[in-house]
Amino acid sequence: MSIGIVSAAYIAAAVLFILALGGLSGQESAKRAIWYGIIGMAVAVVATIFGPGISNMLIILLMVAAGSYIGMTVAGRVQMTEMPQLVAALHSFVGLAAVFIGINADLELSTVQNLLAAGGDRSTLAGFAEKLASKDAVEISILRVEVFLGVFIGAVTFTGSIVAFMKLAGKVDGKPKKLPGGHLLNATALAASVVLLVVYFGNGGLLPLLVMTVIAGFIGWHLIMGIGGADMPVVVSMLNSYSGWAAAAIGFTLGNDLLIVTGALVGSSGAILSYIMCKAMNRSFISVILGGFGGTTGPAMEVEGEQVSIEADGVAAALEDADSIVIIPGYGMAVAQAQQSVSELTKRLRAKGKKVRFAIHPVAGRLPGHMNVLLAEAKVPYDIVLEMDEINDDFPTTDVAIVIGSNDIVNPAAQDDPNSPIAGMPVLECWKAKQVFVSKRGQGTGYSGIENPLFFKENTRMFYGDAKASLDNLLKLIS
Amino acid sequence: MKIGVPKEIFPGEARVAMTPESAALLQKLGYDCLIETGAGLGAGFSDKTYKDAGVTIKKTANALYKDADIVAKVRPPEGAEVARLKKGQVLISFFYPAQNGELLDSCAKKGAHVIAMDMVPRISRAQKMDALSSMANIAGYRSVIEAGNNFGRFFTGQITAAGKVPPAKVLVVGAGVAGLAAIGTATSLGAITYAFDVRPEVAEQIESMGAEFVYLDFEEAAQDGAATGGYAAPSSPEFREKQLAKFRELAPEVDIVITTALIPGRDAPKLWLADMVAMMKPGSVVVDLAAERGGNCDLTVMDEKIVSENGVTVVGYTDFPSRMAAQSSTLYANNIRHMMTDLTPEKDGQVLHNMEDDVIRGATASFEGEITFPPPPPKIKAIAAQPKKAVVELTPEEKRAAEVAAFKAATRTQATVLGAGALFMLIVGAYAPASFMQHFIVFVLACFIGFQVIWNVSHSLHTPLMAVTNAVSGIVILGALLQIGSGNWLVVILAAISVLIATINIVGGFLVTRRMLAMFQRS
Repeated sequence: MSIGIVSAAYIAAAVLFILALGGLSGQESAKRAIWYGIIGMAVAVVATIFGPGISNMLIILLMVAAGSYIGMTVAGRVQMTEMPQLVAALHSFVGLAAVFIGINADLELSTVQNLLAAGGDRSTLAGFAEKLASKDAVEISILRVEVFLGVFIGAVTFTGSIVAFMKLAGKVDGKPKKLPGGHLLNATALAASVVLLVVYFGNGGLLPLLVMTVIAGFIGWHLIMGIGGADMPVVVSMLNSYSGWAAAAIGFTLGNDLLIVTGALVGSSGAILSYIMCKAMNRSFISVILGGFGGTTGPAMEVEGEQVSIEADGVAAALEDADSIVIIPGYGMAVAQAQQSVSELTKRLRAKGKKVRFAIHPVAGRLPGHMNVLLAEAKVPYDIVLEMDEINDDFPTTDVAIVIGSNDIVNPAAQDDPNSPIAGMPVLECWKAKQVFVSKRGQGTGYSGIENPLFFKENTRMFYGDAKASLDNLLKLIS
Repeated sequence: MKIGVPKEIFPGEARVAMTPESAALLQKLGYDCLIETGAGLGAGFSDKTYKDAGVTIKKTANALYKDADIVAKVRPPEGAEVARLKKGQVLISFFYPAQNGELLDSCAKKGAHVIAMDMVPRISRAQKMDALSSMANIAGYRSVIEAGNNFGRFFTGQITAAGKVPPAKVLVVGAGVAGLAAIGTATSLGAITYAFDVRPEVAEQIESMGAEFVYLDFEEAAQDGAATGGYAAPSSPEFREKQLAKFRELAPEVDIVITTALIPGRDAPKLWLADMVAMMKPGSVVVDLAAERGGNCDLTVMDEKIVSENGVTVVGYTDFPSRMAAQSSTLYANNIRHMMTDLTPEKDGQVLHNMEDDVIRGATASFEGEITFPPPPPKIKAIAAQPKKAVVELTPEEKRAAEVAAFKAATRTQATVLGAGALFMLIVGAYAPASFMQHFIVFVLACFIGFQVIWNVSHSLHTPLMAVTNAVSGIVILGALLQIGSGNWLVVILAAISVLIATINIVGGFLVTRRMLAMFQRS
């Protein structure tokens, strides 16, 4: 295949990728859009493999076959509740690949330069090496910056994603942890990287690049270790963004426009997601990335009253009487794997002619849109699953609101108490419903560690216990 | 401890504060139950049924008061009963401490702990012991039955072989518990029911019971039921005039009027005046549930049924609950039993008179020789409904000005960003070689497209979006493919690994997205 045909294929692939992302604006069009993405990827890969300057075909086929097999197995096995972990793990792959490709570029560069310096024959070079050989001094310098940036972002993405994966999978504690020195340590590491960039820019050489890779890896690890579990939606979308920028940087290095376009698409997608998530928590991106909540500005409001518990039969009786019900799922539902029971409950209540809807807060769960996917898995129809803004005004006319494993996103203190650490965060106003049931393990506080006045309200009843067990008990009472 | 229930001595009072059923539950709380012989006869409970339920029968009231630690009854105690009270004895009954100051004094002097069932605060937790509501419910039902008894026609409209019968028209004034119960009963008998209340927020409740809310076209700050414990408050003279005018309009049409309007601590407001009665058709009925407090109707005579000159029956009975003694005793006994449950947190048959508890504190009128009436306001407000904050309406000019200002601000920020961007581009362009700039154009345009496209992605599809962008970012495989042909073995190995993991990414990402999207189903 000539370079012209390959370029044409790249244009086709870029258009298909844009269509694939654009199609995600609706559930039905998304099902078609995903095929655009798959076809685009196939076109790009096939065009590259059969394009000019590719050899070692056997290795390629072997690796692609092995990778496809592993990918299929993983995708087939993964539980929907494990989706955050999987996404984080996949991000780390992109990061690692970016690091390897960057280092390769440097290795090739020195090979080519040595060859040229020794007066070797340029015509023996092929593919990437050929391209490198034709670059002048300024272009080489720019290439070095691109390589450096690509490797840096890739390394941060790699270790950061691994930490995010381990936190989400529960392999390490989800609480924010920092080494002594905290952000100063990160800043120092960043400064060191800049110094190494200057060194590398001047002389090239593998050593500064490798040292920087290690330092960047440390930054990624330390940064994400310092961010708590509930901020994971922001972290995952941020890493998503980084993996895109890493790909774009590699595209610059290799002079490949398709890589640049795709990387930019993914990068901006992740950036927008991070922005949406931050907005939903009423926090700035910086404060999330630096970890922890800002200091409180005064004493928190006193919470009056007591938490009144209720048993399954009480909840069942209230549900029998209710006409309109809103269910607010949170991370607790995912942890308890309760989505099937929730779906069954919904089905039975709907069969009785009751209006059942779901209210989803943008940061519910550990991944943007996490709850939607879990509910979809459990066959809850998507047209009764509503966003916060769509349903918040309906709570006053709701008979029963059921909160399943969420806490901060239904905390009235965000509106009532200007001193609360989450003051100003948009929340689901479920307390305006006539009655609220909260399914919760115990009396503990949420991620932010603040008391939730909702639990003490006159119209709130606490339905203690594991969400799945509680709902199964409830299902026995509702036929 | 022992709970004793004496026979009511008020003439005509048929209710009793304990039923065999409630006695069984009280015994489960650890109490021994005593009852004066014949106390339940009026409500249809013989001594034998009590005995079967494990209740000890006492021959005289004296013996009962002597033995009992807790005395539960319906009506407030009278002279002889007060004399029998002992120090430390708990008396549970309707008491009306606001009206019965002297009685309260004498009970407090005796050292009795008086729990007034009519003072139970109106909060959700205390609904199960709200005896006023359960009695009002019965009164509302009975008022319709009583009206029907005195009304010579059907409630429901019928078309029969013998001719057409129009449905009766019922007007219920005051939609409290009794009013709502009356509405429900009247509608279920088939009448066309209208209802009026000064609190516009009960319109929904009225309509939910099947009646039509009579709207008054009147501009006034709406009464906030939540501030007055769910009761109505007195209305302004202008409002009253408007209200009476509306009633005059309705009077010739309606066949049955049931008035239930009461304001706590005041005489009943006069709402159905003599001229309205005069306008009504002969054979119509007015049932006045407020007769005990002077009546809502001008013609009402307490405890009597009279017929007006134009043949309208005005019923002024005050003993509606007592007229349904079996039902009202059952509910009242349950209210008492719930009160005892709250007084016995340990279920050990010992009263724990917790004055910190809102409900118990609110209902207690005298405690340990002291008068504890009126109680402090409950810590929890009765009804959570909060008045909506007034939204300031902007004038069109102000709106226009705000829009212009917002537009200018947006223009300014956009111009700044574009200017800064252009400057940055110029600097980059001045130093970077042409080949870089070509790629840079592509990069910037792709970022723009990305921002435009992603904003449209539905919130619920954010997880599939992440998975698909993940798969797409596997495009780095191209980089690895381009490098794998290198002569350097290290490069080949690293490139091969990159191909492997990027493929995992691509295949895994796309498949998992497909799995997720397939799950999204419309109902």
